Amino acid sequence: MTVPALLLRAGRLALTVGVAIVTTAAIAHAQLAPPPGPTAENIKKRGALACGVDTGVPGFAAQDNTGKWKGLDIDYCRAIAAAVLGDPDKVRYTPTTAAARFTVLQAGEIDVLIRDSTLTFTRSNQLGLDEVAVNFYAGQGFLVRKSIGVQKAAELQGATICMITGATLELNIADFARSTGAKIGSLLFEKPEEAIAAMEAGRCDGYSDDSGSLAGMRSTLKNPSEWIIMPELISKEPLGIHARSGDPRWQKILFWLDTALKTAEEFGITQANADELRKTSKNPFILRLLGAEGDTGKQLGLDSDWAFRAIKATGNYGEIYDRHFGPNALNLPRGLNNLYNNGGMHYTLPFR
Amino acid sequence: MTTKQKALAWQALAVIAAGAVVLWFAHNVVDNLAQRSITFGFGFLFTRAGFDIPFHLVAWDESFTYGHALYVAGVNTLFAAALIIILASALGLALALMRLSGNPLAVGTARVLIEVIRNTPQLTQIVFFYLAVLQVLPPMRQSIHVGASIFLNVRGLYVPAPSGTGWDWIVAGTIVIVMIAAVSWRRLGVQVPRLIVLPPVLLLGLVLAGFTAQWDPPALKGFNFVGGVRLPPELVALTLGITVYTSAFIAEIVRAAIMGVHRGQAEAARSLGLSAAQTMFVVILPQALRILIPPLTSQYLNIIKSTTLGAAIAYPEILQVYARTVLNQSGRAIEVMTLVLGVFLAINLLASAAMNAWNRHLTLQGR
Amino acid sequence: MRHPLVRALFGTKLNAAITLLMLAAFALVLPPLFRWAIGTAVWNAPNRAGCEAADTGACWAFIRARLALFFYGIYPVDQRWRVDAGLVVLVVIGTGALFARRHRGLWLLALAVLIPVIDGILLVGGIFGLELVPTGQWGGLMLNVVISFVALGGSIPLGIALAFGRRSKYPVIRYGSIAMIEFWRGVPLLAVLFMGLILLPLFLPNGVNIDNLVRALVVLTLFTSAYMAEIVRGGLQGVQSGQPEAALALGMHTAQVQLLVVLPQALRLSIPGFINIAVDLFKDTTLVSIVGLFDLMGVVNQSLKDTAWTGLAAEGYTFAALVFFFACLIISLGGSVLERHFAIAPGSTKH
Repeated sequence: MTVPALLLRAGRLALTVGVAIVTTAAIAHAQLAPPPGPTAENIKKRGALACGVDTGVPGFAAQDNTGKWKGLDIDYCRAIAAAVLGDPDKVRYTPTTAAARFTVLQAGEIDVLIRDSTLTFTRSNQLGLDEVAVNFYAGQGFLVRKSIGVQKAAELQGATICMITGATLELNIADFARSTGAKIGSLLFEKPEEAIAAMEAGRCDGYSDDSGSLAGMRSTLKNPSEWIIMPELISKEPLGIHARSGDPRWQKILFWLDTALKTAEEFGITQANADELRKTSKNPFILRLLGAEGDTGKQLGLDSDWAFRAIKATGNYGEIYDRHFGPNALNLPRGLNNLYNNGGMHYTLPFR
Repeated sequence: MTTKQKALAWQALAVIAAGAVVLWFAHNVVDNLAQRSITFGFGFLFTRAGFDIPFHLVAWDESFTYGHALYVAGVNTLFAAALIIILASALGLALALMRLSGNPLAVGTARVLIEVIRNTPQLTQIVFFYLAVLQVLPPMRQSIHVGASIFLNVRGLYVPAPSGTGWDWIVAGTIVIVMIAAVSWRRLGVQVPRLIVLPPVLLLGLVLAGFTAQWDPPALKGFNFVGGVRLPPELVALTLGITVYTSAFIAEIVRAAIMGVHRGQAEAARSLGLSAAQTMFVVILPQALRILIPPLTSQYLNIIKSTTLGAAIAYPEILQVYARTVLNQSGRAIEVMTLVLGVFLAINLLASAAMNAWNRHLTLQGR
Repeated sequence: MRHPLVRALFGTKLNAAITLLMLAAFALVLPPLFRWAIGTAVWNAPNRAGCEAADTGACWAFIRARLALFFYGIYPVDQRWRVDAGLVVLVVIGTGALFARRHRGLWLLALAVLIPVIDGILLVGGIFGLELVPTGQWGGLMLNVVISFVALGGSIPLGIALAFGRRSKYPVIRYGSIAMIEFWRGVPLLAVLFMGLILLPLFLPNGVNIDNLVRALVVLTLFTSAYMAEIVRGGLQGVQSGQPEAALALGMHTAQVQLLVVLPQALRLSIPGFINIAVDLFKDTTLVSIVGLFDLMGVVNQSLKDTAWTGLAAEGYTFAALVFFFACLIISLGGSVLERHFAIAPGSTKH
């Protein structure tokens, strides 16, 4: 066979195969998309929870040496998978950029978005999303060099602050300038690595992000001790769980799972003592939560051990927080993220 | 059916097929927008932007509109692109001459440089240059300064800004006079060396303007220098990054073009008593220009498109300001992306047309 | 001044000046670079603190700890043999296509057909008892290779079609092709990738959902095919007009002439252009991190955020740059082998 004839045949074959592959792929992916309706059933059918997470911010979601995801948001994904599927490892993580996160959720590529994302009016009403629960109370803060001796955000008048685009950070700064008259210059980067590097080189006077991410970013600095996170926050950023509108039962599962993790902390249920408490506790709240009494699971369309499994998988909210933000991790004081009885904001609805 | 009818039928079929696809897309868009209760329209362009653009060549503050932001960012993009096109052409020529110099050290170094530059991702190079520029420059309070009016530090190069009236007219007038003189003299057949009188005229005009203007020197106030004109390190790094990258490609294009000029030309020029430099710049390069314009055009278009990589290092060009900040604030993804793509298409088609016109002009001259 | 090398380096004043200048530049740059990269570098340490304790040079221990991640992304550890197997298939068939003495055409056919099928099955899985690995878990250098291969493979037929379209005598097809080519050449890749990610769902029927990787592939294929079309067009223009005339005189159809006589010669002339496109494409695959895919650059960026290994951007980027350099070098070398094989026999006119 001559080379040209072969090439011709090869081209024709490649074209056919290509068309076939693309068509098959398109059909396969079209089938992967969940039809509108019960998200929980889809997850069970698929055998995995599709969880949208950050592309990488220590504390919330970051990959370790082996590529394993770790963080507060990751533990939430794991807890949900444990409750719904019985296995915390059955999670398919989809890293999403700030710009794309909501589109990905709207399009049905993920079941839930837990990506240090602020719950806001616009997102709830304009984007067709549900603001399910807050898993981290943050606010926009500043990471600055200790030596510049600034105490309050207003004193940053005239300073330049590095940050990333695609979030509401620069808008908050503009709003802050408008309401207080303190004009702060912003320098907008695509990714935090470059922003942080520019700040360390002295290009900016500080770095701005939500307070949880700031703690994470501070840990990646060359000399973390030279930098402080200013206590003042210029905005409220309640970070939490977003779901697509239109599936109230899935929303309830997510909401009560968050509540269960926090309630577990309130009643002292930990990863270690959950087994024992289920057998020995006399507290009806604990027994209901761990599925020894009542039918909380059935009412959510799950089995009775759902919360027990979640707690066994990740521990209670306090344990999760400590694992990623505690003294042995990023060392961010709990502050607003304490339970209400410790001066924080997490006041859970009772399991009754 | 005759061949002509057949042809018409085929074309009609193609149009119908394309139209059907477009309609299908449009239908889906309308459907999806309705489902997500998203509205479509360009009204947002007239609302208040509310964000800062840290580097701008034309007036800007938070109270301007989104529409105006496109103009400001567009000027930033064009400014960077123009700067890079000039520098990359010069550096590319230098690298090409280095490769043709015959000095084995220079040839080897140029080859290695060109290979390394061409074979590593452009974004990596830009980020590298940014971090390198930031490392090299001194911190703000230890600025390198010339007197009390020019400062160089990690935040940029600060020079006094001209203000007052009159100076801008003198500058513009001088430039116009010099350009008219240059063009008309060449038409009249005035030899190239005589044009040497023009740069001093330009300089004189600029000096005159300098004396007319009032100068507003930069001064350190609080966290930053205030006043003056600032050349930010982001622009420097972006310029360096793309210049170096593109110059490696331009060098190869120039080298091929120079080698494409007939050897006899150089030999004839040398035998007429021209120096090596004269031979290169007066005889060889003008002829090489004709060969290299088409590939050079692609490189220039690539430069314009590559300025979007500035988004990674905080240079406020169109993509960064529009596809990031404005898109995120207004939520108008389709409108914003349509604008961004439209602006780039327009710039590129114009640039391409200009280069083609130059090419035709040169080809005609060659006859 | 006797030795030719000495004469070349110091022969004239200008040459001597250039030589001295270059030597001074080397003396300034090379020793510190060497000290950092090799002299005082640390190859073995559990984390960054360990590196600092040992020495002040580059902390290559970071790269070692994450090497697997850089190559495979988060592809499941127990399934990574599939990636290795896929690579072996690629290398064997690729080598065959480049160096086989006979049946080069068959090898090229295998490259175009067998590799997509075999490697597709190996990497995606889901049949023949292979576990399904969703593309979300693909990453690292493997992703760069997959994307380049698919986009290059897809863009060749598309580019050829567009090139013929641009020469078509039917205005609708001609202008359609021109519009397509000029659009994709006129827009920044970053912007269209972003558009593909954000806006594609809006252009498709509700509920239809396309994998992120597939989106990036579609965008890169279309983008590359526009450049490919221009290269092929150049090749088509380079074919001597006597060739199609002779073929027509032999009684072949117009389509036969174009496909069997003109195209093969045009493709032969286009090989250097193809290689440039392949190298550009491979480098451009780094931009997919913008749409949330973790290619090698993405994984490196991700790794810089590991609290055990912070502040090691220089090492990470240097490593990535080196990998890209060698990968592109392999593409270029492979290309020149192909070019030599298909070079027009000596004696015939070159263009």
